[in-house]
Amino acid sequence: MKPAPFAYTKARSIEQAIALLGEHRDARLLAGGQSLIATLNMRLSAPSLLIDINGIDGLDGIALKGGAVEVGALTRHASAERSATIAQHTPLIARAMPHIGHVAIRNRGTIGGSVAFADPAAELPACLLALNGEVEASGPKGKRTIKADDFFKGLFETALAPQEVLTAIRLPAAGIDSRTGFAELARRHGDYAIVGLAASARASGKGLADVRLAYFGVGATPLRAKKSEAALADGGIEEAVAALDLDPPDDVQATGAVKKHLAGVLLRRVAGQLMEPRR
Amino acid sequence: MSEHALDISLTVNGEPVAERVEARRTLVDFLREDLSLTGSHIGCEHGVCGACTVRVDGEIVRGCLILAVQCDGAKVETIEGLSDSGELADLQAAFEQRNALQCGYCTPGMLAAAQDLLKGGVVPSRDEIRAHISGNYCRCTGYHAIVDAIEAVAQQRAGGKR
Repeated sequence: MKPAPFAYTKARSIEQAIALLGEHRDARLLAGGQSLIATLNMRLSAPSLLIDINGIDGLDGIALKGGAVEVGALTRHASAERSATIAQHTPLIARAMPHIGHVAIRNRGTIGGSVAFADPAAELPACLLALNGEVEASGPKGKRTIKADDFFKGLFETALAPQEVLTAIRLPAAGIDSRTGFAELARRHGDYAIVGLAASARASGKGLADVRLAYFGVGATPLRAKKSEAALADGGIEEAVAALDLDPPDDVQATGAVKKHLAGVLLRRVAGQLMEPRR
Repeated sequence: MSEHALDISLTVNGEPVAERVEARRTLVDFLREDLSLTGSHIGCEHGVCGACTVRVDGEIVRGCLILAVQCDGAKVETIEGLSDSGELADLQAAFEQRNALQCGYCTPGMLAAAQDLLKGGVVPSRDEIRAHISGNYCRCTGYHAIVDAIEAVAQQRAGGKR
């Protein structure tokens, strides 16, 4: 299908984008467009105005700042995939990146767009949650920071206010004792996951501490399996599987029961990755 | 300010193009409908099938997930340009020799994706070839012949350089 008619404008600054969002309540921001344009083509969305933010300077880039990796909202997936900073300091993102769409999608899709769109089956929102990262947003009242645990509110719903623009995400840089794991099951490489799991932890003696298990494709938002986190920190993989406190709804890909089973399969795989010494 | 139709100028297959386009026009519709470059195909129109794969500023993209107005000032290359330049001639020959196409609908996008993988003279493994073309659906061949053709060209090109 073809999109319904809309007007288009290029914002030259974040302030201008925020002002335009205030003037046009049903406008949408256009970043990489890899989800938005698909929804426009399918007429799942019909905004009156697209505000293209691709021309705004300073919204892309990856930098290590004060113990965190800051990734600008307009950073393309392909740039993150090739980034030495990402590979060294946020290995979870490096593990997840090849699973996000396909090359042609990663060349356009942006980190900020993926997080702001908050598809419950997408990889990056779950990675942000697993890493206990944060989102930086700018709005009419200025800048604010939102913790990942407080960011994902519902199906495609985030803590961003209507006039706010996501400008960057920040991810704690991995230390020597950091461990990460990532696995997903999809019908075809690069498709949205049937179920996926992004995880981080800290090596502590022979075990793990601060375990964060963020599942995707199992509910309206990426979800932490907190009981399994505690069980895994106590050292029991099978106990962690048994403690999985998820209740995935059926969807077009699989029934909830199948998803629940697959969540356990992924937990065993990811637990193995978390327990590997860091290379 | 915001408009429903905008003037754009860009380069398509090396030729300068200036047109007025509707904001909602996707790049692949612009190429097919306004420029009559019908080599880029339309399958799903939501980024899943890869039939509309074209190059923008040297990188492959989905022609259905980028608006023509976003390509103002860009350098766009379609299968017509890639074919005319001879850049893909060996891949095209290998596809033909190995029956790596039947109906041919996916072929323009498949060739663009394959050429992207082989840029820089790499010789990918069969698994890497499969991962790279995972975004391009083919409903005829079962992919084996496509993987064979891409692998053969990768080896030929590497051999030719020695």
